[in-house]
Amino acid sequence: MRYLPHSSADRRTMLASIGVFLIDDLFADIPEEVAAAFRPLGLPPKSEQEVVAALTDLSARNAAVEKTCFIGGGIYDHYAPSLVDHVLSRSEFYTAYTPYQPEVSQGTLTAMFEFQTLISELTGMDVANGSLYDGATAAAEAVLMADRIRSRGRVAIARTLFANARRVLETYGWASGTEVVELPMLASGRTDLTDVPDDVSAVLLQSPNALGVIEDLAGVKERIGDALLIVSINPISLGVLAPPGDFDADIVVGEGQPLGLSMAYGGPLLGLFATRAEHLRQMPGRVSGRTVDAEGKTGYTMAAQTREQHIRRERATSNICTNSALCALAATVYLATVGAEGLRHVAELNLEKAHYLADRIAEIEGFDLPFSGPFFNEFVIRPSEDATAVQRRLLDAGFLVEAPEGLRSFGVENGLRIAVTERRTRAELDRFADVLGGAR
Amino acid sequence: MKTIFDHPQREGIGGLFPELDVPRIGAEGLIDRALLRSQEPRIPDLSEPTVVRHFTALSKLNYGVDDGFYPLGSCTMKHNPKVNETLARLPGLAGLHPLADPDLAQGTLAFLYELSDLLSRIAGMPGISLQPVAGAHGELTGLFLFRGYFEARGETERRRILLPDSAHGTNPASAAVAGFSVSEIQSNDAGMVDLDALDAELDETVAGIMLTVPNTLGIFEERIAEVTDRIHAAGGLCYFDGANLNAFIGRARPGDMGADVFHFNLHKTLSTPHGGGGPGAGPIAVSEPLVEFLPVPSIEQNGEAYALVWDRPNSIGSVHSFYGNVLVAVKAYAYLLQLGDEGLRAVSEDAVLNANYLQERLKKTYPLPYDRLCKHEFVLSGKGLAEGVCTLDIAKRLIDYGFHPPTVYFPLIVREALMIEPTETESRDGLDRFAEAMERIAAEAREAPELLLDAPHQAPVRRLDQTRAARDLVLTYPFDDREGGELA
Repeated sequence: MRYLPHSSADRRTMLASIGVFLIDDLFADIPEEVAAAFRPLGLPPKSEQEVVAALTDLSARNAAVEKTCFIGGGIYDHYAPSLVDHVLSRSEFYTAYTPYQPEVSQGTLTAMFEFQTLISELTGMDVANGSLYDGATAAAEAVLMADRIRSRGRVAIARTLFANARRVLETYGWASGTEVVELPMLASGRTDLTDVPDDVSAVLLQSPNALGVIEDLAGVKERIGDALLIVSINPISLGVLAPPGDFDADIVVGEGQPLGLSMAYGGPLLGLFATRAEHLRQMPGRVSGRTVDAEGKTGYTMAAQTREQHIRRERATSNICTNSALCALAATVYLATVGAEGLRHVAELNLEKAHYLADRIAEIEGFDLPFSGPFFNEFVIRPSEDATAVQRRLLDAGFLVEAPEGLRSFGVENGLRIAVTERRTRAELDRFADVLGGAR
Repeated sequence: MKTIFDHPQREGIGGLFPELDVPRIGAEGLIDRALLRSQEPRIPDLSEPTVVRHFTALSKLNYGVDDGFYPLGSCTMKHNPKVNETLARLPGLAGLHPLADPDLAQGTLAFLYELSDLLSRIAGMPGISLQPVAGAHGELTGLFLFRGYFEARGETERRRILLPDSAHGTNPASAAVAGFSVSEIQSNDAGMVDLDALDAELDETVAGIMLTVPNTLGIFEERIAEVTDRIHAAGGLCYFDGANLNAFIGRARPGDMGADVFHFNLHKTLSTPHGGGGPGAGPIAVSEPLVEFLPVPSIEQNGEAYALVWDRPNSIGSVHSFYGNVLVAVKAYAYLLQLGDEGLRAVSEDAVLNANYLQERLKKTYPLPYDRLCKHEFVLSGKGLAEGVCTLDIAKRLIDYGFHPPTVYFPLIVREALMIEPTETESRDGLDRFAEAMERIAAEAREAPELLLDAPHQAPVRRLDQTRAARDLVLTYPFDDREGGELA
């Protein structure tokens, strides 16, 4: 085995120094009946070359990657600058553990501090954590946190949350005894906030929402009494959109994949989580804090650890230990590389191109856009013919579009959700519209 | 160390994204002005060379497995095979959208299915979910399954989880998040679950027990079957924390020990890197009675094709946005294919050999409170080495000798604990050098304790003021103080 350094002679010497004869003697404490029940996998070892060949073959069976991607739903086909992966490939970063020993982890801790700052800036909040698993668990953690603060055992969520976030939230809510009530949707695709129950710990909105529609966050905070306002965001959209902090949100969460991460069939992802300073002690997840060393030099260490499970055990604010540190590093490098200017530019490219395509489709007979609310880079179209047939035709023409079933839970029986990122060229958009036109 | 906010900025960098190729309307023409950003976020505009040098400089302040010995107990910091990094970057895998129709994602679904099958057989348990993305996430998911199981049986009064006092800190936290209360079970003199203490807790309010096998002292529970039998007889379920699978992979299976849920840490046992704190992966294996409660979707084989199955009425729902950390799973899969049965058995053999070799040598210098054959790790005590010197000082001094410190102050049942896990990928020479350093540090503690008390001397920073970090929380860059510029 190439990963094992010992020679047979090493092993013999080491066994002798321990005072046993056989390797098996070291396993004498495994109960006999357990050892006897063991069954091997029947798996012969393979060479590195064979394994690379096998996985390369498998990767070629993912026909979706050969197509031009128009799927969104929280995960987008964005361009990641080459620099991101170059930094991520430095093994000082990727082969390190959680920074328990800060003196030999200043790289990770400094980057985490930068990440917290960048996410706070982007969302308009006071503080962000060092990451959670993904956008869905971040939303669930936000709901649990809000219910720890307000203790009403109930939260209200928009119907237009991404379906996966909704599923995860319901699972966490069920287990923790937090009831989830749904806020209905207006014809515009926005959330109806006229009748928010007054006994909820929090109101959770997503903007842009699962239909692509940007919610009107102005005045929401006043309308919901002292319930906490949680907003789930798309980080790229905040290159042009006002951050939830401008609307006095209490907690902001989101899926960080657009910030330089590959789509990766949905994992690893990056859970974004930011809040106001007053709620910091209830925030789940790791944070890096600035301090000084024995000589007064600036350094970083994990801070506010009294919230965490190795100190508080069953009273910890969450059980999060391993998170998405390397993905947070990717987002940090991405934002440092594109800068505020690049972020605005890429956000504008998404916005303009999505509207260009939406306008072209709206002109095609037999298609309409059912929701009138403003959108960023994702929107719903409604064909007069069967949406599955339209999806098929687009796939045959080389365009990857999501199946229409995903929209049914939002009352859209026959629609397609279309996402347009900066990677889509005008030629692709025109061809896409042409295929729809011909598909009528 | 400068942060990215301390470098000189310049405007008009550009060059990453193309110019707009459709007619420009402008954000104000598309979206109500009230919804648009009015103030730029303070994200610096930096040239590429500035960014490269910044992050390269940061990387050099870190210590990873590729830099040297990293005996962090219970974390299994083994070598991360390089081929795995290459495979996870294959465009056909990395570029796959999770909402693509499953028939266009057959390659990825195939290996996820194959990996699930291998994990199921390694655990000796019939059900698998790849959704949990960390060990603690696996714990949480497993406890959700406990909830689902007891709700389905109408035994909703079973809300108590038993935990040995040697348990990982995430165990009680996960139990609490899943809505359980925790009762601690004391260990006996041999460091194992005290069966009398266990019996005293067993009643109809017990949902189950969370065990770590071998336990966090590195000791195999010799009466494991008795423990799990008693829990089952009392109507409870057994959770096995898989952080320590490296001790027996290829030789024994948790399913044969009575486990109902077992989580794998792919980022420990199956060689995927830790990434400075994630992403990891914490798939779970479950016993037959829990299979129906597993998260949706599951991945199933349908003739030649693989499918995502959502229609499972008793499922607890989902615990992740999609299907877990797929690009971590591919690394674990490649690792298993390379090792095969032979390699897996060799892993636990050398892991246990290395731990016992080090234990045998170091117990001559450091107290070993539980002195017996260990598995993949062991726990020394830094107590009583010399007046005024504690475990933290030993840990920091190890940095000066070029080693990553062990896990310290855990498990809680050993005072001044130093928890050492060498893993199978460390050479005998490497182990000897570490042992020499530990012996020299013990001598220094008596003869020149200030070398320990002031350590580290050779790290990028000296010992950091944790009290100040906790008292004056500074968690974001203080832009307003930038003019003051005290930064080194």
